[in-house]
Amino acid sequence: MEIKEIRNEFPQLSRTVYGKPLVYLDNAATALKPRSVMACYEHLAAEVSSNIHRSVHRVSNEATAEFENARKRVAEFLNAPSERNIVFTSGTTDSINLIASSYGQAFIGRGDEIVISEQEHHSDIVPWQMLAERTGAVIKVWKLEDDLRLGPSSLEKLLGPKTKIVCVSHASNVLGIVTPIKEICALCHRHNIPVCVDGAQGIVHCKVDVQDLDCDFYSFSGHKIYAATGTGVMYAKAKWLEQMPPYRGGGEMIADVTWERTTYADYPFKFEAGTPNITSVPTLVPAIEMLEQMRSLEESSAAVASYVLDALQSDKRITLYGDSSSEKLPIFSFAVKGAHQEDLALVLDKMGVALRSGEMCAAPLMHRLRVTGLLRASFAPYNTIEEARYFVECLGKAIEMLTI
Amino acid sequence: MNTLEEAKQAVIDDFSLYDEWLDKYEYLIELGKGLEPFDQADKTDDKLIKGCQSRLWLKCEKKDGRLYFTADSDAIITKGIISLLIGVYSGRTPEEIAGDDFSFIVTIGLKDNLSPTRANGLASMIETIKCFAQDER
Ligand SMILES: Cc1ncc(COP(=O)(O)O)c(C=O)c1O
Repeated sequence: MEIKEIRNEFPQLSRTVYGKPLVYLDNAATALKPRSVMACYEHLAAEVSSNIHRSVHRVSNEATAEFENARKRVAEFLNAPSERNIVFTSGTTDSINLIASSYGQAFIGRGDEIVISEQEHHSDIVPWQMLAERTGAVIKVWKLEDDLRLGPSSLEKLLGPKTKIVCVSHASNVLGIVTPIKEICALCHRHNIPVCVDGAQGIVHCKVDVQDLDCDFYSFSGHKIYAATGTGVMYAKAKWLEQMPPYRGGGEMIADVTWERTTYADYPFKFEAGTPNITSVPTLVPAIEMLEQMRSLEESSAAVASYVLDALQSDKRITLYGDSSSEKLPIFSFAVKGAHQEDLALVLDKMGVALRSGEMCAAPLMHRLRVTGLLRASFAPYNTIEEARYFVECLGKAIEMLTI
Repeated sequence: MNTLEEAKQAVIDDFSLYDEWLDKYEYLIELGKGLEPFDQADKTDDKLIKGCQSRLWLKCEKKDGRLYFTADSDAIITKGIISLLIGVYSGRTPEEIAGDDFSFIVTIGLKDNLSPTRANGLASMIETIKCFAQDER
């Protein structure tokens, strides 16, 4: 499909703000939704409203089939060994909380060590800090190198007999540099340490094969890959899913309940207590389809990314963080000399350009970069070169308005 | 000196000169750039206003029964907003300020056009000015 046809599938791309066309460059925060996703949601809400896995009636069977079909589709998308490796959650944050709680309960105790990379989003820091507080475990920070990359050799120095897990994002939501997950997994596995990958950004742009990466856990959010909000995935290797205790109790996750003793259902169901997000989870199917279709726009996406990278790097007033020439997602975080990021975002907003400003849920990384916050433009394949040019032009104007 | 009502009306009039939000912001930016200098020694934590993503210091002094405000921020639009408030309220009596409802801010539509963090910041600025006035009454 041509980019024009793809854009037609995303109604929000034709809306205006302040009487100007909206240029949406906040895709790393949440992606826009295609018609197919909305149609799927509407179909489920209008025709297939029924709880899953329990009732015997026809509509319930259909709802169950839609839900379980999504599990199959996600497994295929990640090349997971089986759909049983896929646990549905409400998003990346929920997935990581699940891992920290359940894996933590089974495997992490006083004095054990949790290694977390310095580039992590708060949702890959705070659940582990809460676990450390509960158990007396210790957090070790895997620092970025001077070029803002994660170095495997720095990681190796942190690993020891007490290291119980290594937590790292496939790509940071600020820097956008792709982490060499496969290499890191191989390294950690030589020390018998599992790797927990925050894939919230990586899943959007990288082809993910969890068996090839050999990661132990991989989490992502549906809303960032064009699916309905409130959907998420936690992939884990079977050996962990078998050994991890459930994290929340309730209906659907049990085998048998008596006052004396309750036994749990098998995975993945033991991790899905209560009624899951039955109207939204199946939207992952058309969302993944759209994501895969948009891979055909690779050439245009690459042109947009290199234009923006060039424009930002060649402007002396701008400091770009994570300006790697190799594998980088179209996520550009930068500071402007003499202009506050929030002022810039407010002025750009009035020009129709939507982007993110602030700490971006990565305060420790901001401290490392010695900034109070940054401005971030993040692109999706549906963003055009014209939008990129408009953004650069508006940015220039905004900087002049604020600094001259 | 003009009355409080006149000062508020002047701001409402100034704001309504511009149809485009971008122009209203340009106006705020100019106000921010023109904010009176602030003593660096006054940039202390007790003068920091909570609830702003950008940092904002606000100082209040009483002279001859009137309150005078000075402020600074690392963000220029924040400076523009506080400059607007200072222009209206600085030099008034505590009674005048404490008795005011600050609704002209709603009239000019500024609040709806700020990011949530800035809107919080604006609310904190107003709250702080009111508190100064109530304490000095
Ligand atoms: C790298 C990263 N991790 C985790 C999250 C949290 O995702 P969610 O808020 O969907 O749970 C985000 C989203 O901003 C992210 O970019």
